[in-house]
Amino acid sequence: MSALWGLLRKEMLHILRDRRTLVVLILMPIVEVLLFGFSIRTDVTDVRLAIVDPAPDAATLALRNRFAAGALFHTVAVLSRHDDLEPMFQTDAIQLAVEFPPNFARTLARGGAAQVHVITDATEPNSGTARQNYVAAVIDAYQQSLPAPTGSVRIVPSVRARFNPTLASSNLFVPGLLAFVLNIIAALMTALSLTREKETGTMEALLVSPLRPWQIIVGKVAPYLAIGFIGVLAVLVEASVVFHVPIRGSVTLLLAEGTLFILVALSIGILVSARTSSQRVAMMGAMLGTMLPTQMLSGFIFPIESMPRVLQWITLIVPARWFVTIARGIMLKGVGIGYLATETLVLAVMALVLLVASTRSFSVRLE
Amino acid sequence: MTTGPAAGAPVVQAQGLVKRFETTTALDGMTFEIGAGELFGFIGPDGGGKTTLFRILVTLLVPDAGSARVLGCDVVRDLWALRPRLGYMPGRFSLYPDLSVEENLGFFASVFGTTIAREYDRIAPIYSQLEPFKARRAGALSGGMKQKLALCCALVHRPEILFLDEPTTGVDALSRREFWELLGRLRSTGLTIVVSTPYMDEARRCDRVALVQRGRLMAIDTPEAIAAAFDRPLLALRVGERYRAIRALRDYENTNTVYPFGDVLHFTDRRTDASPETIARDAEAYLRGAGIEAVTAKPIPATIEDAFMARMGADDDAPGERGAA
Repeated sequence: MSALWGLLRKEMLHILRDRRTLVVLILMPIVEVLLFGFSIRTDVTDVRLAIVDPAPDAATLALRNRFAAGALFHTVAVLSRHDDLEPMFQTDAIQLAVEFPPNFARTLARGGAAQVHVITDATEPNSGTARQNYVAAVIDAYQQSLPAPTGSVRIVPSVRARFNPTLASSNLFVPGLLAFVLNIIAALMTALSLTREKETGTMEALLVSPLRPWQIIVGKVAPYLAIGFIGVLAVLVEASVVFHVPIRGSVTLLLAEGTLFILVALSIGILVSARTSSQRVAMMGAMLGTMLPTQMLSGFIFPIESMPRVLQWITLIVPARWFVTIARGIMLKGVGIGYLATETLVLAVMALVLLVASTRSFSVRLE
Repeated sequence: MTTGPAAGAPVVQAQGLVKRFETTTALDGMTFEIGAGELFGFIGPDGGGKTTLFRILVTLLVPDAGSARVLGCDVVRDLWALRPRLGYMPGRFSLYPDLSVEENLGFFASVFGTTIAREYDRIAPIYSQLEPFKARRAGALSGGMKQKLALCCALVHRPEILFLDEPTTGVDALSRREFWELLGRLRSTGLTIVVSTPYMDEARRCDRVALVQRGRLMAIDTPEAIAAAFDRPLLALRVGERYRAIRALRDYENTNTVYPFGDVLHFTDRRTDASPETIARDAEAYLRGAGIEAVTAKPIPATIEDAFMARMGADDDAPGERGAA
């Protein structure tokens, strides 16, 4: 046991001595979350809006006022004919149109279904959907302000944005970003650790010692787990301070799950490290093995439900997929461990399998 | 091939070791024994197979054919039993440059379940020289200091046998001498030491040496016996222009070998029945005839370097320059 302790001590010394790398390791997740958090948003503001209102009445005017209020919509034109919309969409003068039918107020008053036609430029589907949802939210709010009898009538079927009522995309992205950033950095840290010793030749002296492969693997992973934990903590503080992402569930549970996820990522890195001999190859391996799957297949950017079936199956082996579910669950829905048992178990098994595989792949000789 | 007697019971036994890499055969059948308490040297040019041999003996490589036992343990099968008992200093500097002298040594001690304090008496002769710099980072040490630290790290767990792969390569002459004095002191404690070097002048400090070339052992004997087995009279030629003299001698009908050695040329004659005096006179006369000035030829006793050069054949005279003391 003292051999393992000696190894752990040595690894900590390496990490602490290399101040610049240490700072990078801790600052990188914070900066990346900041950059990504502000750039990957589907929130839309200043939507250029045209209103088609052939027969204005009290109700349409009230709704038009609501669209005009606030920074979300910018009413570019009020038209009386539907046909005038097309050229405006084509020239990109507007991104969204809201069309009221004639007799809108009367239909409402009679308790019938008053239809509002919402047209959006969907060249960017995500933004398009977001705009539609904003319109729905404005109409919904108007509806609720109406007196009770008419208020029960749906003007437009509204899409209610559960768990994210403000539709703030940062709520959706930050848990995913957490997974993305931590995964890459953690995998990179360990991927370099063994190959560095192989490249500099220190592995030769280390191998001719009674240290067993499992001790070397544990000695390489454990210190970075501590660094990873600091990273998780920092990014969570950032998420709540900068992006105001709520943490509705247990912070302790979230930290524990974050640490478990880091362990999985570190294990991927150490497996790459055990199987390669140069730092460059290991770095490429760790980046490819974590960056692409985490970005594409974790549900972080693209919803898993809309993927082809085969890709959906593949997501099952992407650790970030499970962690994104966990993080969103705890942060946004406030659920406890009971609801996340499967995800937690999957991550634990992944860590174990990867660590065992690393120990087995670790060559006790130079070949 | 001559095989001198091992000093004690054999602690290293190698039988027909063969190791091939993709395109080259690094070891081409090596058989030898090393006795307990011996200071045993493998001498030969770079690329001869010394490092591969050492790596097999310290369990880092598996031979393609043949077998080796160290301290009674098979180097392939008894890996974990053997590792704690041997000390190994790789040819490449293998300490952590970002850790201090003390931290490096402490790490290797801890890995073997011990501490610097507990092993102090074993390493004291060497460590006492490093102690003034114990807070310095290993990467900032001089070449000689690095080697001493590496030796300390290889010794800190009291190994029963020490393998040093080219410990004096890239070290200045003074540090080399100091290092060999340390090895002599360690040897006097009864430790078996196996060392490799491309420097033939270091061979004289060994109890026995093995001459290694192209993956084969060309001779195993005491340095004196190897030098004595040199069967031709040897001349040291002092000339004005060495390069021109070598060129000229290559065309001389009686030349057997000629190579630069320090600031002179070593020359052997093709004729086996001629006396050294005759040979010297003829060679001097030939060189003067070829227009080389200031020639003096003197018969000298052969050294191990000459023996090595003779065995290597005339086609490969580069190492003679390195071996020059």
